[in-house]
Amino acid sequence: MSMLKVENLHATVDGKKILKGLTLEVPAGEVHAIMGPNGAGKSTLSYVLTGRAGYEVTGGTATLDGEDLLALAPNERAARGVFLSFQYPLEIPGVPALTFIRTALNAQRRARGEDEIAAPAFLKLAREKAAALKIDFEMLKRALNVGFSGGEKKRMEILQMAMLSPRFLILDETDSGLDIDALRIVSEGVNALRSPDRAMLVITHYQRLLDYIKPDRVHVLAGGRIVASGGPELALELEAGGYERYEKAAA
Amino acid sequence: MAAVKQTVDHVESLEKYKHGFVTDIEQDFAPKGLNADIVRFISAKKNEPEWMLQWRLDAFERWLAMDEPDWAKVSFPKIDYQDSYYYAAPKAKVGINSLDEVDPDILETYKKLGIPLREQEVLAGVIGSPRYAVDAVFDSVSVVTTFKKELAQVGVIFCSMSEAIREHPELVKKYLGSVVPVSDNYFACLNAAVFSDGSFVYVPPGVRCPMELSTYFRINAENSGQFERTLIIADKGAYVSYLEGCTAPMRDENQLHAAVVELVVLDDAEIKYSTVQNWYPGDPETGKGGIYNFVTKRADCRGDRSKVSWTQVETGSAITWKYPSCVLRGEGSSGEFYSIAITNGRQQADTGTKMIHLGANTRSRIISKGISAGRSSNTYRGLVSAHPKAKGARNFTQCDSLLIGKHCAAHTVPYIEARNGHAKFEHEATTTRLSEDQLFYVMQRGLSQEEAVQLLVNGFVKDVLQELPMEFAVEAQKLVAISLEGSVG
Repeated sequence: MSMLKVENLHATVDGKKILKGLTLEVPAGEVHAIMGPNGAGKSTLSYVLTGRAGYEVTGGTATLDGEDLLALAPNERAARGVFLSFQYPLEIPGVPALTFIRTALNAQRRARGEDEIAAPAFLKLAREKAAALKIDFEMLKRALNVGFSGGEKKRMEILQMAMLSPRFLILDETDSGLDIDALRIVSEGVNALRSPDRAMLVITHYQRLLDYIKPDRVHVLAGGRIVASGGPELALELEAGGYERYEKAAA
Repeated sequence: MAAVKQTVDHVESLEKYKHGFVTDIEQDFAPKGLNADIVRFISAKKNEPEWMLQWRLDAFERWLAMDEPDWAKVSFPKIDYQDSYYYAAPKAKVGINSLDEVDPDILETYKKLGIPLREQEVLAGVIGSPRYAVDAVFDSVSVVTTFKKELAQVGVIFCSMSEAIREHPELVKKYLGSVVPVSDNYFACLNAAVFSDGSFVYVPPGVRCPMELSTYFRINAENSGQFERTLIIADKGAYVSYLEGCTAPMRDENQLHAAVVELVVLDDAEIKYSTVQNWYPGDPETGKGGIYNFVTKRADCRGDRSKVSWTQVETGSAITWKYPSCVLRGEGSSGEFYSIAITNGRQQADTGTKMIHLGANTRSRIISKGISAGRSSNTYRGLVSAHPKAKGARNFTQCDSLLIGKHCAAHTVPYIEARNGHAKFEHEATTTRLSEDQLFYVMQRGLSQEEAVQLLVNGFVKDVLQELPMEFAVEAQKLVAISLEGSVG
């Protein structure tokens, strides 16, 4: 059974129709890439799946392991393992990164009826994961993302992902603003999270990221719908031929 | 449905103010209203010496000639000063010697509020846990002061103002009204005439007060005002940290709280004064009831290298009019002001500080964080001035305002006057709205909306919270959360 199942999803933003009958399935253990031109609805899909206010679902369904995602508040979805790596991570003044992650982790654990994590165990885990992502531990004592570079912010997203250990991961344009070295470190971080009981949705403009994070399937999103699906070769084909013919097909 | 939700929200908000209960005890009142006889009544109730009565009567005369100030950005119906009780005290035996003689209902009140009045209860805590001495003021009188003996051993005097007037007249005569003169302003002058009780602290030269001192003010009686007066003196090289907490029952009428706090700091001495003000803010929907908090707080850094630090967390009161100030007279003296002012519902706050640089090389620092939610209005008003002799004076001011929702207001009114060419003043100010983007980001990580607001707000006020003594910082953090419950969505 597929972990994520989206069927005939319609959504509007400010009254404007963005998703127009999107259907998508991602089985556990797989990484799926969503590619598409600007304005196709890629970010909207990520926000609809995570429950952002202002993104109104007007039809269709989205389930995670058979449970209706759309009926849940954003934090309830997070507690069930849905994680979004933001294209533009937000700055949280006055809240050290460590405090932020620990607060989030404990909120999720409480929601799942688990005990809160003990401070020593948490710090050990944070040191370990930060080292793997080549993040200076001292940086985690600073306010989250405040004054961080674009690359540092993206690494911080992956660190949060590694610490929160979600089951369904959405990466929204994670490669934007990254140089080659940062891209490699971030991709390694993401790849380390690949496992048979996790699934990922990688949203990107470019084939480049998919050289590092190899997808099992590639979908083309245009005009608010999935207009083509295929293996990794589809991404290469898009790189060569562009989105034009799909945009025409969608229109 | 909307109406149902409104009702539910309303009921929830009523429960939000956790200190809104009334203690049912027999009380002594002065007759309602205000005239010279009432002033005499109060003075007599307190067995005051003649000079104190004359001081009060003189203040009353001057008050009659003054007008209520109207420059603050707050609006309220005209106060009828004749429609209030100026003295209310629990009926009790004269001269309480031990806690066992205090009305058990009053003890219960403080227990409910979480204020330890029994020394052994404080002592029974974990070894090494911080201890603090408490002066508990109930309406117009101080009911008990703890740890007096232990403090006396190092020469620290900590008692109620009434007791200080009787037992330490020389100190009171020397310092009372020396920082806030009798006719300083309308409310301070009223206070001078009818002040009831408050705390008195004297720390002798070279003594570092061995524990935190605190006063817990509780307004209980109906239709009564509270006019406490606090005087703290840190003699040469002394240090004291003092905390003040305030709560009141929920009542439909407005109650007046016009306090005066005077701090005197001599050479090389330091006073750290922290306030957690949680008076009843009034009904969040209608704005009915709540405390009018018109307070004059001032520190006089008389000595060279003396230091004062004001830290305030203001969450309550219907109207706040309050500007804890520092007169930096001594050479190299310094003043600090750290403030968190939160307004929600229909609250109005006009608060800030004054840093008056008189001496050379004086320094001051102002960090103000205002948070407005609901339909409230929050104004920062501050004055930084350097007089001709204050060469090398330095000030740094940072005023940040955070808006939650679409119907609240934040204002910043800084006054800066430099009368010499060698002063350096810096002023930074920001106003931001709690953004939907931030809220969503935090919720996506697993926090509920309330928790997300709390996390973001705590981040916003962190610079100030860390200035509070540890155990109060935790309380203040919770208070911040409670004050803003239901402010989003």
